[in-house]
Order: sequence, then structure tokens, then C-alpha cells
Amino acid sequence: MRNAFSEALYEAALEDERVCIVVADISPAGSMADFQRDHSDRFLNVGVAEQSMIGICAGMALKGLRPFAYTIATFTLYRPFEMVRDDLCYQNLPVTVVGMGAGIVYSTLGGTHHTQEDIAVAGAIPNMQILTPCDPLETREMTRFCALENNGPLYLRLGKAGEPNLTENAVEGFEFGKVRTIRKGSDVCIMAHGAIMSMALEIADELEAGGASVSVVNVHTLKPIDREGIARNLKNHAKVVVIEEHAPIGGLATHAKSIAWDEQAKCDLKVFTLADEFIHCYGSHDELRAAHGLGKDRILGELRNR
Amino acid sequence: MTLKNSFDPDVAKDRCGAYRRRILEISQQVMALHMAGAYSCTELVDAVYNGFMRRDTDGHSPDTFLISKGHGCMIQYVILEDLGVLSREDLDRYCTVDGQLGCHPDYGVPGIEASTGSLGHGLSMAVGMAYAERIRKTDGQIFAVLSDGELQEGSTWEALMMASSFGLTNLVALIDNNDFQSLGRTSETHPSFYPLAEKFESFGWEVAETDGHDSGAIYEAVSGRTGEKPFALIGTTIKGKGVSYMENVPMWHYRSPNKEEYDQAMRELGGGK
Repeated sequence: MRNAFSEALYEAALEDERVCIVVADISPAGSMADFQRDHSDRFLNVGVAEQSMIGICAGMALKGLRPFAYTIATFTLYRPFEMVRDDLCYQNLPVTVVGMGAGIVYSTLGGTHHTQEDIAVAGAIPNMQILTPCDPLETREMTRFCALENNGPLYLRLGKAGEPNLTENAVEGFEFGKVRTIRKGSDVCIMAHGAIMSMALEIADELEAGGASVSVVNVHTLKPIDREGIARNLKNHAKVVVIEEHAPIGGLATHAKSIAWDEQAKCDLKVFTLADEFIHCYGSHDELRAAHGLGKDRILGELRNR
Repeated sequence: MTLKNSFDPDVAKDRCGAYRRRILEISQQVMALHMAGAYSCTELVDAVYNGFMRRDTDGHSPDTFLISKGHGCMIQYVILEDLGVLSREDLDRYCTVDGQLGCHPDYGVPGIEASTGSLGHGLSMAVGMAYAERIRKTDGQIFAVLSDGELQEGSTWEALMMASSFGLTNLVALIDNNDFQSLGRTSETHPSFYPLAEKFESFGWEVAETDGHDSGAIYEAVSGRTGEKPFALIGTTIKGKGVSYMENVPMWHYRSPNKEEYDQAMRELGGGK
């Protein structure tokens, strides 16, 4: 995702000279070197100073530019939270706050580098919008949307580098604010977003091997949430499953339950999220997921037993 | 576009007296006003609007002012009223449900270029604005008034470091150095806060120190900057300046005067009552 972001931003900067990036001593790899070379005045490194990174982005946006703030998710959103809230959201400025390695991607770096509650934190702020691409293709489309179309503050929740493309053959394309059906089925609907989509698709494969017809729906826009799109899927499937690499508070799982209540949904709704706890263990990304509630085998086991 | 270079300190003195009286009038409408903090930066903000910012015949300026110490915005409001950007009605409706002006400036209100109120945000935004002017290849100058108290915010020092690292020669910070914050005199509670000028210089800024109530000295110091670095003017000021019972008395950070106090203040500010 990181490389797709860099490439797309480089291209967007060629198309629109208002596009800038402000980094805090962490730079995306790949094409960002080209960006730095070809648009040196629009690549700013503030050093390890995330509060001013956000404030500087606000000042640039107040003067008509379209900046991206970029560093590891916990430092781009949590450290300068009040700047995100006051400078970007209160003033409703077109700044994209890029959270790199969001969720528990940095699985060996410990709790200081995890953002398992970032959607709740960002989503609670008025005017804030949230996008979570599930693969490099979506990252590209969303980065272009942020750079060229969007007009307010937006938290772009990225994974890392090296994720596979999952949406090449998706049933629907990306549209901001709308759920995206990736695979169409009729019995079970799995709703997910972000990098854990690859696990959601594997689970869908296994359920289909067991005879079920499975939809996979990408809820890539967490704010504004597509209530209608979620309600439609709750209505059209007997069983709906949310798989989300986020705490159980304030993410897609919370939205899905709330919408299900409002809609008096009749389906069986099951949510799988990270636990509401800090993570003190280390290992691979999948091992941490498993240790905190998102093991593929556990999810499959629970789904088969219902 | 003509540069305003006819700043007259004597005229400024009368103007600042009138601004203070206008703030005093408004104080009778509301309980909380932050008037002492507005009085301490009256001359600094006046010099920016009426001395440094260029304006065309329609009142448009290529330059930008933001008040990082947002609680001092009453002085900004009365100046914007004087310049015709805000109406008398706007100020009469200060802090009322029908109005658009509150105790901290809000972006979107005419003449307000940034929302402030939480300390330590303004200088970063000013740095971003100054950098944007460079990208946009304009000659826009950015002026920001900061309190001494908000120099205790780490974010302010991040911005100070970046302003000079970026070489932002179009940025001027004016420090309202009134030596007061909520819990006492800064010089007593935080002696290591000083010296100030050397701290700015060590962060790559050009610095001058003046009496922050001497309009002529302020104008001369800022006008005389080399333009090779971002520039900071440290203005030594008195919180509540102009009204004897308010000067250096912490409760006037928030309080509004009663009728008797109002009459005395109006007399002291040359209002002739």
C-alpha cells in the first residue's frame, strides 16, 4: 500500500500543483524519492515534530494548498490529536492525515506503535472522514481521491508494503462513502475493511467450499458510514459477519450493530474484532491478530458452529 | 498595491486609546472578556494592522495576521471593526447567540484567518502559511502574535525550529511578553523561561526587544529587520495596560468591570467621563 500511495501521490502532484506532503522523519518508499526530486518544494520534512506537522499542514491548506501529513499512524493521529481536531477538523480543511502501518501491522514493535482504536478516535471528530484501503489498487484510487477531489479533513488508514491486490475482479468499483461489494453471494455476508480483507476472502473461500454462498463487502469508508449499504446487506443475507482489525469500540463492528438495531435486522450478526486491551506480545502480524481475537481458525470455527 | 509606510506613533497612541475604550464598552455586555490580555497586545496588533499589513484601496491585503493567543482577540475584533471588516452590530452581539464573535477567533468569520484559542497552535499554522506563500510565489507576509505563556508549549518550539530551517523570511512573530499567566508571574514561577531573546536567536531567528506599548519602537524594530531570517519581536508589555487597577492583577484575565470600575477605567483611558 505504501508504494501505491507514493506512486499515486507523485502522479497527483503532477496534475495539481497544490498537492504537497509533509512528513515527520518517516517517508514512504518507492516513488516518494521521485516526488522529492521533482517537487522538492512540495516535500517538507518537519523532523520528529508531529504537532507542527499538522499545524503546518493546516496553515498550507488555509492558503489554498492540499497537503498530506504522513508518518506512522500512532504519530500522525494520536500524538498531535488536538492539532488534528482544532487545526484540521474545526477549520474543516482539505488535509489528508495518512496513518501508516495502522492497526497492528507493526507486530514486533509493541503497543506504542499500534493503532487499534484509531477509527474510534478519528471518527469521533466532526468533519473528519475516514478511508481504509484494503489493497494497493484501492490505495491508489483513494490517494487520488484525497489529493484531487476531497475537500475536508480525512484520515487515510494505510497498511504497510507488499499486500496483494484483492479488488482486481471486484463486483463494484470504489466510490467514496459507499460500501463496495467485492464478491456477490446470497447466504452469508462478510463485511471488512483494510488489510484484513485478505483473511476475509480466505474465510469466504472456506465457507463456500462448505456449500455456502458468500458475499464479501468492503466497508472502506468508515466515515461517513454508508448506512443504507450496510442495511441492505443486513437485509439480504441470513448471516452477516464483521471482521475488523480494530478495537470493538467505535469501528465497523459498532456501526453494524447500531444499524442492525435501527433497521430491526433479522439476520444473525456476528462481529470479530481485536480485544479491548493493550497488546504486549510480539510475532507476525497474523500471530498478533490470533492472540487478540482475530485468528482465522477461530473465526471459521465459530462460524461453522452456529 | 501601496505599502503603508506612514505609520505615525502619535496617531497610533490615540487609536490604541480608542480601541481600549471600545473594548471597555463591550465589557459591559458580557461577564468574561479576557480584556487584560487584549490590552497587553493592543499596540502590537495595532502596528500589524495599521503599520505592517499592506492594503489596496478595496481593503484587500496580500499579508496575513493571526492571533495565536486567541484569548486576546477582542483587540483584533475592534480593529476589524475600525477597518470596516466587522460591523458595529457584530461587536454588539459579541458572545450572544445571535452573533458570530466569541471569546476566541473562529476561521470563517470575516477577517479571521485561523481559529485559535488553544495555545501553541498558531505559530505552526503561520509557518505553514508562510511556506505556502513561497510555493505560490507571492510576496505575502505572515504576522502572528503569541503570548509568552504559549512559548511554554513544545509545539511552539517545533514551529520555531522549522520556520528558520525552512528559511521563512516572510514570517514575523510578535511576542506579548507580559510576564503573567494564570497562576502567577512567569518570572517567578518559571525562572528558566528566561532569557527569551537568546532562545529565539539560538533557534535561528532574528530578534529585537522593545517596549511592547511603544508603537514607534515596535514599528521601527519590525521595519528594520534584515529579512534574512524569520523575525521575532519580543514586546515587554503590561497585562491590563492602561487601566490602573487592572495592570498586573491576574483576576482581570477573565473579569469584566462593574459600573463604577467602568467609569474609572473610561476616565483613565481618556474617555472623558
